[in-house]
Amino acid sequence: MNEPAVRISGLSKRFGGIVALDDLSMDVEAGAFHSLLGPSGCGKTTLLRTVAGLCRPDRGDIEIDGRSMSGVPADERPTNMVFQNYAIFPHLNVERNVGFGLRRLNLGSAEFNRRIEDALDMVNLGGFRKREPHTLSGGQRQRVALARALVMRPKVLLLDEPLSALDRQLRGRMQEELKRLQRSIGIGFLLVTHDQQEALSISSAVAVMFEGKVEQCGNPREVYFQPATRRVAEFVGTMNCFEGLVRPADSGRTPILVKGLCQIEIPVERMIPAGTDGRVTVGARPEMLALASAASGNSAGCATGMVADLSFRGETTVYEVALENDGETASVAVPNSADAERFRIGETVRVSLKAEGVCLFPP
Amino acid sequence: MIRRFNWLVLYAAGFLAFLYAPALLLPVFAVNDSSVVAFPLKGLTLDWFRLLFDSAALHSAAMNSVAVAASASVGSTILGLGTARAIARHRFALKKGIVGFIMIPLVLPEIIVGVSMLVLLLALGLELSLLSIILGHILICTPFSVVVLSASFANLDRNLEEVAIDLGETVWSSFRRVTLPLVVPGIAASLLITFTISFDEFIIAFFLAGTETTLPVYIWSQLRFPARLPSVMALGTLILAASLALLVLAERLRRRVAATSPGAPELGAP
Repeated sequence: MNEPAVRISGLSKRFGGIVALDDLSMDVEAGAFHSLLGPSGCGKTTLLRTVAGLCRPDRGDIEIDGRSMSGVPADERPTNMVFQNYAIFPHLNVERNVGFGLRRLNLGSAEFNRRIEDALDMVNLGGFRKREPHTLSGGQRQRVALARALVMRPKVLLLDEPLSALDRQLRGRMQEELKRLQRSIGIGFLLVTHDQQEALSISSAVAVMFEGKVEQCGNPREVYFQPATRRVAEFVGTMNCFEGLVRPADSGRTPILVKGLCQIEIPVERMIPAGTDGRVTVGARPEMLALASAASGNSAGCATGMVADLSFRGETTVYEVALENDGETASVAVPNSADAERFRIGETVRVSLKAEGVCLFPP
Repeated sequence: MIRRFNWLVLYAAGFLAFLYAPALLLPVFAVNDSSVVAFPLKGLTLDWFRLLFDSAALHSAAMNSVAVAASASVGSTILGLGTARAIARHRFALKKGIVGFIMIPLVLPEIIVGVSMLVLLLALGLELSLLSIILGHILICTPFSVVVLSASFANLDRNLEEVAIDLGETVWSSFRRVTLPLVVPGIAASLLITFTISFDEFIIAFFLAGTETTLPVYIWSQLRFPARLPSVMALGTLILAASLALLVLAERLRRRVAATSPGAPELGAP
C-alpha cells in the first residue's frame, strides 16, 4: 500500500539548448493531491506531459503503480489529463465528449451510458448530456474536461493549470470541488500550478520546481514554514530576508544578531553552517514579525521603523516598515482582530521578531 | 457628398460591366437563331444546345475533363491536407523556404509549367495522356488547396489531438475522429475550388494532352470553324453556370470553417 502511485526517477529532458527537466526524481503518493508549483518555464508542464506520455524524456524512468512506463505510449498509460484550455471537442456534444475515450473499451451500451452518467454527476453536470460545447460557460467546460478524463478511471489524474482561466471566485469554488472529488475518488491527482495560494490550499503535497529540478517536496505546512532554500521561501508567499551574524554558541543555543532588527537565539540543532565571517540569511514570514506603537514602553529586542506603506487584506493588514538602522524594509502582517492596534503611514513603530518562526539559509 | 456618391456608383457599375459583360454575352448568343455571332439578334432558339448533345467528340472531351478535374482535385487536396497540417503544427528546418516552394506554382506562368513538364515527360520517355494533364493540374492546384486548408488548421486547437491520444486513441485514429471532422468543410471547399481550376485550365492541358483532350482544348479547336461558334457559346454558358454554382458552394463551405460547426454528427456512434 505504501508504493507510490507515480515514481519518477532521474528524468531529464532538453528542448534544443533549454533544459526543461534536469535529473528529476520525485514520488507521488497513492491517493495524494500532489501539486507541482513553480514559476513559468521551470519545467512543471513538461514533467506532467512526460508522465502522460505526450513528451518523451531523454533519460530517466516513470513508474505508475509499480509498472515502468518507458516505451508505453500515451494512449496505453493509466493516466488522463485535463488541459489548461480544456480542449473540448467542438464538434461533439457533452455526452460524446465524455464518452470519447470509452468507445475504445467496447463496453455494453448500458455500461457505456452509466459511466457517462456517473462521470457527469460527479462534476455536477447531470442535466447537460445533450448540450453543445459552445453553449457552455468556462466553468462548465472545465467540468466536462474533468468528466472526460475521470470517466476513463485513471490511476492518476493529471491537471495542467486547470483553473488559471477562471475568474477568482469561480476558481475558489472549483478548488474546493477538486479537493472534494479527489477525496471521494481516492486516486492520485497531479496538479500543475504557478499559483502558490492554490497549491497550498488544495494539496496534500507540494513540489516546488526551479530550472527543471524539484527544490523541495513536502506538505504545504513544511513548504511554507520550513522552506528548503531562500528561492522556495520567496516563491511560496512573502519572506523577509535579513542578514544575520552568528555569535558563539552558549548552553545549547546560538545567538544570531539580525542586522537592523535584534538578536535572536536558535537551538544549536536548528543551526546551519554559516558562511564566511559567520554570516547567515535569516528569513521571517510577515506574520512572524510583530508591531507595537513607539509610544509603548518596552523596547527590549525591538527595532524602530516607520510605516512606509500598508495594504488591507481583510483578515490581515500588511505593513511595509522601513527599518531605521539600515534602511531595509520589512513586511509585517498584523491580524485584524477587533482589538488590534492600527498604524498609519508615516507612524513610527517598534518591530519585533518571534525567534521560533525564523528560517535560516546560507548567506 | 451626394455627388461623389453618384460618381462612385457609376464607377462601380462600369467596373462590374467590364468584369461580367463578356460572360453575359455568352448566354445571349447561345440562344440567338443565327450562325453569325453579331448584333442584331435574330431570334430565339435552343438548336445550339441540341447540337451540343449530339456531338460525340464533345461528350468524350467533357468526360475527360470531369475525370481529370476529379483526379486533380482529390490529388491536390490530399497533398494540401498534409502540407497544411505540417505548416500549422510543426516547426522544421527551412520551413519558410519549403512553404515558399510549394506556393510558387500560384504565381508561375502556366505556359512555363506546361512547357517544362512537356520537356520533362518526353525526356523521361513517358507517353502523353490524361495522366500527364492530371499531374500538371495537381501541380498548379496544390497551392490553392494549401491556402484553403491552412485556414481550417489555423482555427484548430492543437491540444485536441493530444486529448484524443490521452484518451486512448492512436495518432491516426485521433486524426480521423477529431481533426478530420473539424476540417471537413475546408476539405470540401478545397475539392470544389481545385476541381474548378482544373476544369477550366487550358494551357497545361494543351501542352500535355496526348490523343485525348479536355473540354477547354476541344473548345479552342472548334473556334476554327465559324459555323460552330454559337454551339461553343452554348457550351460556355453551361460551363459558366456550373462553375458559378461550384464556387458559390465552395465559398459557403469556406465560411463555415471560421464558425465552429456545432452538432455535426460523429460517424458510427455506439
